[in-house]
Amino acid sequence: MVMLNLLLILLAGGFLALLCERIDKSLPRIVALAVIIAALIYLITSISGLSALNALQASTPSDPSSWFMHFKTPWIPAFGIHIELALDGISLLMILLTLLLGAVAVSASWTDIQYRQGVFEANLLWTLAGVLGVFMALDLFLFFLFWEIMLIPMYFMIAIWGHENRGYAAMKFFIFTQASGLLMLVAILALVAVNREVTGVYTFSYFDLLQTKMDETTAYWLMLGFFISFVVKLPGFPFHTWLPDAHTQAPTAGSVILAGILLKTGAYGLIRFAVPLFPDASMHFAPVAMLLGIVGIIYGAIAALSQTDFKRLVAYSSVSHMGFILLGVYAWNTLALQGAIMQMIAHGFSTAALFMIAGALQERLHTRDMREMGGLWQQMPRMGAVAMFFIIAALGLPGLGNFVAEFLILLGVFQINEWMAVAGAMGLITGAVYSLILMQRSFQGQPNTHSDKLPLADFGPREMLTMSLMMIALIALGLYPQPILDVSQTALGGLLDSTALGITQ
Amino acid sequence: MRDFVWFIPLLPLASSVLLMIASSRLTRRSVALLGVGSVGLAAVLTGAVALEFLSDSTPVEVTLWTWMKIDSLAPRISFYIDGLTLVMMCVITGVGFLIHLFSSEFMQDDDSYARYFAYLNMFIAAMLILVLADNLLLLYLGWEGVGVCSYLLVGFWYRDSANGRAARKAFIVTRIGDTAMLIGLLLLLTELGTLNIRTLMQVASEQWSIGDSLPTIACLLLLGGAIGKSAQFPLHTWLPDAMAGPTPVSALIHAATMVTAGVYLIARTHDLFLLSPSAMHTVAFIGIATSLMAAGTALVQSDIKRILAYSTISQIGYMFLALGVGAWTAGVFHLMTHAFFKALLFLGSGAIIHCLHHEHNIFKMGGLRTRMPITFWSFLIGSAALAALPMTAGFFSKDLILLQAYQRPDFGPWLWGAGLLGALITAIYSFRLVFIVFFGDAKTEPDREIGWQMALPLTVLCALSIIGGYFSLPLADVFPLVNAEHPPHWVEIISISVPLLGVFLAYIGFYGQRPRIDSWTKTPLVQRVGQFLRSGWRLDEVFDRIAVKPYYNLANALQNEPIDRFYEAIVRLNQAIHRHLSATQSGRMRWYITSMMVGLIATLGVAMKIAPGAI
Amino acid sequence: MQELVVPLNHVLLVSTLLFCIGMLGLMIRRNIIFILMSLEVMLNASALAFIAAGAHWGQPDGQVMFMLILSVAAAEVAVGLGLVLQVQRRFKTLDMDDADRMRG
Repeated sequence: MVMLNLLLILLAGGFLALLCERIDKSLPRIVALAVIIAALIYLITSISGLSALNALQASTPSDPSSWFMHFKTPWIPAFGIHIELALDGISLLMILLTLLLGAVAVSASWTDIQYRQGVFEANLLWTLAGVLGVFMALDLFLFFLFWEIMLIPMYFMIAIWGHENRGYAAMKFFIFTQASGLLMLVAILALVAVNREVTGVYTFSYFDLLQTKMDETTAYWLMLGFFISFVVKLPGFPFHTWLPDAHTQAPTAGSVILAGILLKTGAYGLIRFAVPLFPDASMHFAPVAMLLGIVGIIYGAIAALSQTDFKRLVAYSSVSHMGFILLGVYAWNTLALQGAIMQMIAHGFSTAALFMIAGALQERLHTRDMREMGGLWQQMPRMGAVAMFFIIAALGLPGLGNFVAEFLILLGVFQINEWMAVAGAMGLITGAVYSLILMQRSFQGQPNTHSDKLPLADFGPREMLTMSLMMIALIALGLYPQPILDVSQTALGGLLDSTALGITQ
Repeated sequence: MRDFVWFIPLLPLASSVLLMIASSRLTRRSVALLGVGSVGLAAVLTGAVALEFLSDSTPVEVTLWTWMKIDSLAPRISFYIDGLTLVMMCVITGVGFLIHLFSSEFMQDDDSYARYFAYLNMFIAAMLILVLADNLLLLYLGWEGVGVCSYLLVGFWYRDSANGRAARKAFIVTRIGDTAMLIGLLLLLTELGTLNIRTLMQVASEQWSIGDSLPTIACLLLLGGAIGKSAQFPLHTWLPDAMAGPTPVSALIHAATMVTAGVYLIARTHDLFLLSPSAMHTVAFIGIATSLMAAGTALVQSDIKRILAYSTISQIGYMFLALGVGAWTAGVFHLMTHAFFKALLFLGSGAIIHCLHHEHNIFKMGGLRTRMPITFWSFLIGSAALAALPMTAGFFSKDLILLQAYQRPDFGPWLWGAGLLGALITAIYSFRLVFIVFFGDAKTEPDREIGWQMALPLTVLCALSIIGGYFSLPLADVFPLVNAEHPPHWVEIISISVPLLGVFLAYIGFYGQRPRIDSWTKTPLVQRVGQFLRSGWRLDEVFDRIAVKPYYNLANALQNEPIDRFYEAIVRLNQAIHRHLSATQSGRMRWYITSMMVGLIATLGVAMKIAPGAI
Repeated sequence: MQELVVPLNHVLLVSTLLFCIGMLGLMIRRNIIFILMSLEVMLNASALAFIAAGAHWGQPDGQVMFMLILSVAAAEVAVGLGLVLQVQRRFKTLDMDDADRMRG
């Protein structure tokens, strides 16, 4: 029930934001922030009493009663479709990340959005609701529904409030995710049909479908359906090309949500569905997936280097970081999976912050072109220092969250295959190259004549507060990640036991 | 006291954070007080720990918390102090404090005074964590931390793009080594199941035997990190460029502390290296080769800081030579004395640069002996120690290295000979510097004399550069004993006399009007060799061609997303189909009717052909 | 009632011929008036077929259908002429090839 309420709070909050635009232009953002914080408080108060969470009790994937929360009520009984929501360690972490970054996104939209604020904040909240649904839905039909729901408000956010080339970017984003989503729908329906042939009943429930027996070829094709859908969202090479456009053109808050949260649904899908539903097929496919991950790491990093658009560079850095996740997920051992989840969280914060900086620069300079920046540290020392922090975090400085993630992934992969780990580690070098170039082109060097003339305001209290929260989060993740590791371990332990891929070299 | 060693890195760290947060609200005076004071306090605490250690030399271990725990992986945030760590800590906080004090005057006119001290304090904290770490992962944290601080400080004057480029080069080149080291960590962790240094060494000695391939691979990977950080061939090219930073930074990071981290790493993991003779040989050969190469380059440079930078590379080469031949104590000893005299030389050059309006070219200096007496004497003592003239600190440590190299079986005498050649060149270039800068005619007039904040560190370092050789380091428990057999007397005599010969040669060549050397350097061959040496053996050019340019070309090729060409092809295919189909939509009714009729008749025809009975 | 003198096949032939003429007119005429007239011819051709068939089998259905077609034709003429007026007003011509705004 808690989970359903959480969704309803966000959905209703969206309508509230929509309505109160008529009263005052600045009201929607306050409402949105209040709704997100209310949802966060509601979630925290409801989970703090859970004995399973406090005892860090491990959950079994196929047994919903061992999960932190489980809710099931019939929806379309004729086809065995239920409203089934459940929460385990992984989903809990993802939901917390979603709500936190949702608040960050509202803060990013504070002064950025000047047109139809109410509709914007409503779309933002609905996207969050869709994402939350994706992280909680354990009925595959419902999961697909949320998968599509989160897409549509996001499309509007890009298409209406985006930058100069928004139409193209929004359409590209929509077509990529929609086409891949349909592929997943086909795979879901086929999976249900296969399951019905064996058991004789229609069911879309994850817990029932986990035990589906099928022959190898079928499993392989169905696995590919899920895999492609999730990897497009992740995005992994070679399906990543929608991302630089979408991120670049989206308004700041949209970029924060896209990079911080939406990409993680792909990774979550891989961990939750693609691998556990088809363990054998995934095992055969793992080397290919890991190779795609490595190519993504290197490709994204190299492509980032030559970008002139601040946001595009950060977008390509996301491609590189998501490559680490793909690599880690298909190594499928505790270390690598812990690393992948850590990477989702740490990347969420570091990239969201970088996009906010990009947005702040765009607001002040009216350009994202780094050729028109340079030497901005002089005028905006606070922003420069903050940017330096997050860039150093992004390049994986030990002591910050991203390092823990990358180290765990590489360590996990190393135990499977040394050469893959070595190739992945090259991403640390290439990552340093583009990160430092980003800093150089924007904040260091000779001040550009264009930007030098503008009176540039440094980060104000609202921005500094948001940024410091994310900085503290990254430092905490980097120096004491244990609470996060413990919570995700409750889910990963059972997941690994029940679907031991047994990938060895 | 011992349980509070974590306070030592915390002090500069806290001061750094405070300086960053409150930079705009602090006066210059309080910035200096905070920046210098925190390191000074750390130095005092280190001294207290050291005193306590001398009376009771059991190693100290302090665990703060478990960093992360997954299955058997459980690195801790935990500090460990033994003799080696203590020596390093004394160097870091002691020399560090002196350099901070020097900086407080050197940087007094800079706008970003607080930012400078924030970075510098953070560096000290990271360096302390590096040497205090009891496991390799925490060591790696410090290792990367000092790398970032080095990046920030080299590019401190960020408005000049050249500084930014130098800083990036420093960071990325060392990152290449660091990545090798990280892979080494992964290997050790996977094979031996721990990163705790003592356990690791113990398990390694038990599981692996001498000459196995795994320890060699692991050692070479760690060595990769060491040569990156310590600027050894072939990853040394960043150090001369790193001189773009403020001079005290060069003294602290690029002479006394950070660049010797590689030496520390190898000394720390010496049990592992002992398992792999081939890795030891590699260390020794890289050391001696780098040493000679850098010394040759230092001989022809004209920028005072670049001379010192190449000299640093060369001296660290000696330390690597010492490590490679198993003379652990000698290597660490040279690390310490080098920290004293090289910091002294850098600070001396900083004083000159400070007083000569940021002039770096030695040929525009001259005659400073009478104008800057304190600087002259400190430079003279520093150069004497660098050249290893008898009775200076450098003499003791370098002599020890050369003698132990000589005792090495098989190619020991060769290493000794090469080391002597290096010592000769070292003496020549260091006194070339002294003769050109301090003797002869004045070419630029200093506009001020240095104040006490700069004079005091110079004086203290002068004293240390002389008496440093008499220190006995508490390293007996850390390293295995080396055979103390004495080499023949003639070896020692030659070792002592070669630096003197070098000084004499420098006197002939560079003192006064230099008529002899001038005519000789005019010959085309010497010119060309000089050019080759000056460019650092053209290594930058080579790396540029084989790595940097191709990488940039690749990046430019990817700029407009070549993968999109594929998706665009799909789009174009769709558009082509659309064009052809929409041509049928002519808007003419007659055309529609005709096509309907034709379609109807064709459908009926086909239907009759397929199923004649149905119609 | 006297036997039908004209055989059914002949009437159907005439009706087909009329239908084809109307269709040909529809296909080749450009003037909207002629198109409407061709349509009328086609409608009447089918009506003729119904009448003939109804007479042949001695059933009223054919005449019912004829009445229906008659009313449809009347309605069609009303709408069609309305369109003609609009076309004339908009395009200043009755040539239907000029009203090709819907082309792709």
